[in-house]
Amino acid sequence: MSNIPENLKYSKDHEWVSVDGDVATIGITDYAQSSLGDVVYVDFPRAGDKFATHEAFGSVESVKAVSEIFTPVAGEVTEVNEGLNDAPESVNNEPYGEGWMVKVKMDNPGETDALMTSAEYEDYLSSQG
Amino acid sequence: MSITKVTQHPTQNEGLIFERSQTGRVGYRLPKLDVEAANIDEIIPAELRRGDGLADVPEVSEVDVIRHFTRISTWNYSIDLGMYPLGSCTMKYNSRLNEKVARIGGYTNLHPLAPEEESQGALELMYRLQEDLAEITGLPGVSLQPAAGAQGEMTGVMLIRALLDKRDGEASKDRRVMLIPESAHGTNPASAALAGFTVKAIRANEDGLTDMDHLRELCDQGGVAGLMLTNPNTVGIFETNIKEICETIHNAGGLVYMDGANMNALVGVARPGDMGVDVIHLNLHKTFSTPHGGGGPGCGPCCCTAELAEFLPVPRVEKTGERYHLNYELPNSIGRVKAFFGNFGMMIRALSYIYTHGAEGLREATETAVLNARYVAHELKDTYHMPFEADCMHEAVFSHKHQTAAGVHTLDIAKRLIDYGFHPPTIYFPLVVEGAMLIEPTESVGRADLDAFVDAMKHIDREARETPELVLGAPHSTRIGRLDEATAARRPVLRWRPDMESLGKSA
Repeated sequence: MSNIPENLKYSKDHEWVSVDGDVATIGITDYAQSSLGDVVYVDFPRAGDKFATHEAFGSVESVKAVSEIFTPVAGEVTEVNEGLNDAPESVNNEPYGEGWMVKVKMDNPGETDALMTSAEYEDYLSSQG
Repeated sequence: MSITKVTQHPTQNEGLIFERSQTGRVGYRLPKLDVEAANIDEIIPAELRRGDGLADVPEVSEVDVIRHFTRISTWNYSIDLGMYPLGSCTMKYNSRLNEKVARIGGYTNLHPLAPEEESQGALELMYRLQEDLAEITGLPGVSLQPAAGAQGEMTGVMLIRALLDKRDGEASKDRRVMLIPESAHGTNPASAALAGFTVKAIRANEDGLTDMDHLRELCDQGGVAGLMLTNPNTVGIFETNIKEICETIHNAGGLVYMDGANMNALVGVARPGDMGVDVIHLNLHKTFSTPHGGGGPGCGPCCCTAELAEFLPVPRVEKTGERYHLNYELPNSIGRVKAFFGNFGMMIRALSYIYTHGAEGLREATETAVLNARYVAHELKDTYHMPFEADCMHEAVFSHKHQTAAGVHTLDIAKRLIDYGFHPPTIYFPLVVEGAMLIEPTESVGRADLDAFVDAMKHIDREARETPELVLGAPHSTRIGRLDEATAARRPVLRWRPDMESLGKSA
């Protein structure tokens, strides 16, 4: 069973969001990393890049495939996790910790209300079979 | 008793050529100097010299070099060794006759800049191939220039863009959306993006076909420049609504590009031009049996409607009376996409393939390719999960769904197939099927080989249940077992360095 921390918000594209004021930290969920397999490279945006909701902001390359990652919330990228350049395996080992990907200054912090809670995400995963 | 592998024994493993180096050993003997020796310091400036005396370049004899590389060459799996069911790649047998024809001196000794009057044979060959590909696709405009599939794709979408720019003028810039099914080959969105389009993905329905409602919805949103569609699609199913799909795109003011990767299911039976397709690329190295794998060379001709032909790359091979010539005078052409005229050697082999088969033979090859894939699908459908119900065309997609309970996944099944003497199928593609295995036997395989393959797949399923560790540890029959692909991708070692001498020995 996937690890789904209660204090985070979730998107249908299997990203998690942690909110601190108007800054959202974004990564991919335990379920996502497990489906992708061993992650070998993460392609980031640059700090200062602006993204609309659900726009592709980068990609995750695993031994199986390259998958796009989407912004669950609109805003401007303030920081990316450079540590993943040397240790992409953090996405597999600690998807909710060292494996975080970007921090985004949200245009509309209220937007996170539309995301799923951990319980809703768990239901969503089981409905996906 | 278990076999211990001796890493330095030549029949079991092969070291690096650097490890064979013996100081002072050479693979040549020069004649005695019969002129005055020159001082290298005087004839080559210091900044152009390495200065290290070629340190670390392996010092080996000729026989060392020949044996080293010949041994390594025997590690390869190739289409000449056995079944190579790599879905989407169409690894069909490359006939020796094609090779013989390609070695005719008149072709091999011809300089690409030789004057037209001295190149009539080569130009006639290209012209005839163009004519045949036009007949096969039902699309009269042909350029043989693109070097391979992805370049053929880009050429195709550039033709679309050129036509829209000419037709719509300034307004063309508002028509920049390329629709692409979510199951498409990854090169499709890449080609579209390079040609300046924005990609929107079309969903598939539960039968694995284009979702027509979603297609109409996307067309209604406006700005549609075209559609890039593979048919049969990447899950090996024929898009039965193809005419309606093309009409929908045309009514929205766009054009239809077809990815010809799967033409092996259609040649001699159905023509994209008749379905409403405006432009297609062909992979001569797939459908027309020219050799590929290992990076090429490929050949990705682009075939299009008469309406698009004025934009094709230059030069075009044309015929006036009995004379063949190269036409550079096409003011609306998108220009060159490849030096000279493309990969000419592949054109010779493809025409040889077409002439060897004839119209009836090409049709029979297509029918056999589809029959073989359907046979595999039929024989394995109760053993491996098939995500779609529709009859497949030239390739069949399965998933690992029935084996995952035992902890065995697609990668493990693929690795275990190596032990049975088969090249694994394409895995984890198409992405829309979780744990996909895309199996394309091609027409080159007979019943006995198909049965052996099916038997191997069934054995692997049984092993997955009874002795999963056997599958999880595969391959066992190769000189090197399961590779750590994740570390290889995360920290690739791309070249030997002197300080890496212990590499491979310590591990």
